[in-house]
Amino acid sequence: MMETRTNPPVLEASGIVRDYPGAGGLFRRARPVRALKGISFAVEQGRTLAVVGESGCGKSTLARIITLIDPATEGTLRIDGQPVDIARETLSREMRRKVQIVFQNPYGSLNPRQKVGDMLMEPLILNTADSAAERREKAMAMLVKVGLGTEHFHRYPHMFSGGQRQRLAIARALMVNPRLLVLDEPVSALDLSVQAQVLNLLADLQEEFDLTYVFISHDLSVVRYIADEVMVMWLGEVVEYGSRDALFGDPQHDYTRTLFAATPVTDLAAIRARIARRRAAGIGTAGIGA
Amino acid sequence: MALLEIRNLSVSFATSTGLFHAVQGIDMSVDPREVLAVVGESGSGKSVAMLATMGLLPDTATITADALRFDGRDMLNLSAAERRRIIGRDISMIFQEPIASLNPCFTVGYQIEEVLRVHLGLGKRERRARAIELFAQVGIPQPEARLSSYPHQMSGGQCQRVMIAMAIACKPKLLIADEPTTALDVTIQKQILDLLMTLQEETGMGMIMITHDMGVVAETADRVVVMFKGRKMEEAGVLEIFEAPAHPYTRALLAALPELATGDRLPTVSDFVDAEALAGGA
Repeated sequence: MMETRTNPPVLEASGIVRDYPGAGGLFRRARPVRALKGISFAVEQGRTLAVVGESGCGKSTLARIITLIDPATEGTLRIDGQPVDIARETLSREMRRKVQIVFQNPYGSLNPRQKVGDMLMEPLILNTADSAAERREKAMAMLVKVGLGTEHFHRYPHMFSGGQRQRLAIARALMVNPRLLVLDEPVSALDLSVQAQVLNLLADLQEEFDLTYVFISHDLSVVRYIADEVMVMWLGEVVEYGSRDALFGDPQHDYTRTLFAATPVTDLAAIRARIARRRAAGIGTAGIGA
Repeated sequence: MALLEIRNLSVSFATSTGLFHAVQGIDMSVDPREVLAVVGESGSGKSVAMLATMGLLPDTATITADALRFDGRDMLNLSAAERRRIIGRDISMIFQEPIASLNPCFTVGYQIEEVLRVHLGLGKRERRARAIELFAQVGIPQPEARLSSYPHQMSGGQCQRVMIAMAIACKPKLLIADEPTTALDVTIQKQILDLLMTLQEETGMGMIMITHDMGVVAETADRVVVMFKGRKMEEAGVLEIFEAPAHPYTRALLAALPELATGDRLPTVSDFVDAEALAGGA
């Protein structure tokens, strides 16, 4: 990964605000719920920005805005330097192509009635003028690229495991050569060993296509592994934003520290201390590791 | 004497493509006052083994074991009525999806009082008093007001606290926690794990923590059983598991932890073991 900061930002957001209509009553005016309270950041090409936070912090709302699914209430979003506002103008195909998303649940995000091959070729029909033969060839090549085989082309999603499905979702997102990939908790539904494979795949693909990632996660150990920059969100605000090393080395905000403190540690000294404490209290296994 | 003793337990399911062996001859035991973690990935049979012990599997499952003893009683040949008296009182279980494990049609107060009525036969006023006490014990704010809440009015963490309150309502000798924090945020996970460990230390109950998360193992377990494809790979004290894992699969699980990554790429299970051979061989 490049450490130089000369790359132009692929994604630039400034002052993003998003309101959702709140519940009102007969005599009570509906007050909007402010899900995002002015978020600003930039991601350079080929780099990974991790967005960390717990449920309700607005990270998925942010993902929907970046992916151009929902408009922002206020603020500007620039992709490749170009301002985009889906509330005011219809989006060009070119712009649609540039940003793709991979969702958390690989079981829910693939159409169960669509064969893998058709699923991969569909974005090409919509976005390119490729012939049927070209589409087929590209889809086959992509299957191999994400670690599956051409024999999977005619299968249905239910015939795949969770990790394989997540590979399919990644393959589908990459079919139209996006610039930016939004990954919304892409590995949290996966087993540890499968998670490692998918993270490796994402790292390989980033290197090969010079992809830019916005990686949304609540798992700090995954973030530490994959991110270049980290943005910590809490109740719709950014509480800390900086390079991975700075943030993990010296967290500034209380909430970031709370998150770190809550993450389970697999450190031997900590385990030893815990076992000793339990044994002193007369609890735990007798005679193990003594 | 072990609180729960499982010897040579096998579970298979009749499927349209023949028998599926979910658990293949595992041994396991839990002592009183001890926390045993059962670790494995999806499909490793860790939940099925526990459900089989509690008799909660459907009729399509065939369960065989040399011994299945809880607190000196043979669990294999219990009648359904006898089993029901033990399950929920002496052995209780909490599940992964707290919101899905509660009945959405009844208030949480009704549901916890039902446990107290069925198992302990408490009267109306005593039930209510005990329910408030239990809610307070598991850290639910305003316990009295919360009794009349429905599950959908509470957060995932609060629902899990209700489940824990129900599980400890009859002072069980053994608590089985099946991925109790998987669906929760890290800060909530920490609170729930701390709560479970405090309760375990206070009451001295035995506990089985089923999980796929090595972090949870490190924070809770005394002893660890590692499972893979229905077989037991390794059993050791928690410190040994992390310090000197004996089995290649355990080493693979630890190496795949992103926080322990050293190189550019994460090692995967296939770097350590031939998964097919492991599943096939004895």
